[in-house]
Amino acid sequence: MNITPLHLAFLNTFTDAFNFIFHQQEARTGQTMVGGPHQVLHLTGQHLKVTFLALGAATAIALPAGVVLGHLRRGETFAIALGNAGRAVPELALIAFVAAFIGVGLGNVTIAFAVLGIPPILTNAYVGISQVDRNAVEAARGMGMRGLQIILRVELPLAVPTIMAGIRTGAVNIIATVALASLAGVSTLGDLILGRNVYGDQGVVAGAILIALLTLALELCLASLQWLLTPRGLKLARAGA
Amino acid sequence: MVTCHSRLRAAFAFLAAMVVAIGVAACGGGDNDNDTGTSGANSANLIKSNPANNGIQITVGSKNFTEEYILGNIYAQALQAAGYDVKTNLNLGSEVIAYKALQDGEISGYPEYTSTLLESIFGAKTVPADAQAAYAQAQQQLQPKGETAFAPTPFADANALGMLTSKANELGVTKISDLQGKSQDLNLYGSPECRERTDCLVGLQDVYGLQFKSFNPVDIGLRYTVLDKGQADASILFTSDAQLFANPDKYTLLQDDKHIFPAGNPIWVTDQSTVQTAGPDYQATIEKVQKGLTNAVMQELNARVDIDKQDPAAVATQYLKEDGYIQ
Amino acid sequence: MSPALAQVVPLLGQVTIHNRTGGNASCVAQNKGFCLGWAIDNFDRYTTPLLNHLLLVLVSVAIGFTVAFAMALLSHNRRWLVPTFTGTTGVLYTIPSLAFIFLLLPITGLGWTTAIIVLSVYTLQIIYRNIVAGLANVPAESKEAGRGMGMTDRQLLWRVELPLALPEIIAGLRIATVSTVAIASLMVFANVNTLGGPLYQQIDFKTNIVIAGGLTILMAITFDLLLLLAQRLLAPWRRPPREVTV
Repeated sequence: MNITPLHLAFLNTFTDAFNFIFHQQEARTGQTMVGGPHQVLHLTGQHLKVTFLALGAATAIALPAGVVLGHLRRGETFAIALGNAGRAVPELALIAFVAAFIGVGLGNVTIAFAVLGIPPILTNAYVGISQVDRNAVEAARGMGMRGLQIILRVELPLAVPTIMAGIRTGAVNIIATVALASLAGVSTLGDLILGRNVYGDQGVVAGAILIALLTLALELCLASLQWLLTPRGLKLARAGA
Repeated sequence: MVTCHSRLRAAFAFLAAMVVAIGVAACGGGDNDNDTGTSGANSANLIKSNPANNGIQITVGSKNFTEEYILGNIYAQALQAAGYDVKTNLNLGSEVIAYKALQDGEISGYPEYTSTLLESIFGAKTVPADAQAAYAQAQQQLQPKGETAFAPTPFADANALGMLTSKANELGVTKISDLQGKSQDLNLYGSPECRERTDCLVGLQDVYGLQFKSFNPVDIGLRYTVLDKGQADASILFTSDAQLFANPDKYTLLQDDKHIFPAGNPIWVTDQSTVQTAGPDYQATIEKVQKGLTNAVMQELNARVDIDKQDPAAVATQYLKEDGYIQ
Repeated sequence: MSPALAQVVPLLGQVTIHNRTGGNASCVAQNKGFCLGWAIDNFDRYTTPLLNHLLLVLVSVAIGFTVAFAMALLSHNRRWLVPTFTGTTGVLYTIPSLAFIFLLLPITGLGWTTAIIVLSVYTLQIIYRNIVAGLANVPAESKEAGRGMGMTDRQLLWRVELPLALPEIIAGLRIATVSTVAIASLMVFANVNTLGGPLYQQIDFKTNIVIAGGLTILMAITFDLLLLLAQRLLAPWRRPPREVTV
């Protein structure tokens, strides 16, 4: 096969991008050093910090709400509609809205990104809990369990797969969008993507690679967590099904 | 059925929530001022349409912030008035993207600040303070590449370190070097790339020896918002910003006593082949139409866009009419 | 002329320099909330971004649908392909949109091509899954009846299975379109002036954010309702299925 260098030119940018991640280099504008493990780790840490704060806030709000609604089997309309409406939220409008109407900085940015995580977490918590087999709940009641006990020891464990699917969707929504925090007062890997002048194409592509890898890593971690949290009986039942 | 209605309701609830949340402060439009001070316009300024230019295509580029939008629109409308067949591409993200678009032939030219061109594109360590000297240096770099530039505009723009006047008084600072021993308590805001630029954070650290409590990246549209809300103690501003001009007492620019913020005058950067094919009216029109762009006028035009929220294209037309370049 | 601009200081050239230091600034100058007057006078500034947004969504969903449909037909009689296709489209779906744009930067540059690739790739998973689910849910009796009438496999697919799967297919299309409308705002970072353009250019201007954000949400709702209507018209014999959000 005759592949001219032109066809593979784009590979050079990817090579340069990895080089940017592992080695410090002079900025496009000169006189200062950018890239390298130190800066990359700092920005990655920042990116994760914002992600976990927002995911934590979203989970703290949406999970109890969804679980309680599911337990009471109330508010189905609201829970399902919220999940659907969540998909229609334009991320850029959300961050602009928060920046202009509330303010910038870590706290405000956390609110904005938490909003992206709430719909899937709440909807899935509702669906997961409300679909728990009635017989299992009745059996627990027969054994003398009451409201909170039933939720914690019967419904939550049985709903783990659905709930975790919601948290995973929420987490991906958040970590994928957190780069926009770099427009609103918080450094993240978005600094690289938005700073083409100083970081060059290699910096921009490095930022994109890092965000993609980070998302993948978070997915894998949450999948493992889901595996750990799922009751053994449920795993066996699934494997058998 | 259930799903459909509930979704619809949720969607409207969402919209309603948005509207309520902001508390509709419906105030009548009040910014449609029809400036009519054109009667005394100098008719010698009038750009005449030359039939020889018909059918010659020129694509005007600009970067994506207020001052560049206005400049791009002024040049585009002026060239159109001179009879050229004008297209525009006024949303080029940064100097890297804009200069590459010129090299790739996607645009015929765009306005670039001499300081930015020399430092960011050509890697110069220092930029001459004199506009003509900076222009000459830019030409030396552009000519061998088959490019060229037209004369600089009268106005210049530069980065500046700004704070609320109340904060500056409280700290008792008037120049940047006064911040020594105080900067470690200050939160600095600037564009994301400011962190790595010598005409920004790097210069403040290396030349002035300042360490700030934090550096926070924001979209350039939010640099005044963060000062107003008290989130930023200091922010990197542009000297031609409309907000400075509208609120002269509210903000204070600290004097750059060690000269890390070079001022730059925009020059029209273009390629020599366009100059050849477009004929003499190309350069003549651009250099003529920018003559009225003094510091005060440029601030006024920026204010019409940034404060009065008028359309950059409409503001460009107002400028051309008020100065008598078009009728 | 508004009161705020009444005091005029003539200076240099003929351009009128307005004094904006007065206390009674206009609504937009104060930027404290939504300015209806400005919105009415300047609505035309949103026409181009709106049309770009619309075009980008339509083209991307059309391409995504075509590819997903082809994949579904390909895997219809080759069931072993289904997990492969579901897995691949699922992995593509998790690539963060901003990262996706800039991963394409060295290959397709920035512009419409990149934006369309990113958006259409995101639609694949949901559309593909719904077509497959729709085909799988076709009752065996219907297929038997078709065969009894002497239909070939191809006739069975186009005359029985696909029409009966229509509610699920359109349900997938609805979800995909609504998400695409939302994500298309981000394509301003791929240099396409969608409704994200005004948001990014004047991120501090409240009226602008309400208009551009509101138009985006309205577009999503409109598409949703139109597709719902299409579902009713094209498959009136069946109620739309309960959607599962997971």
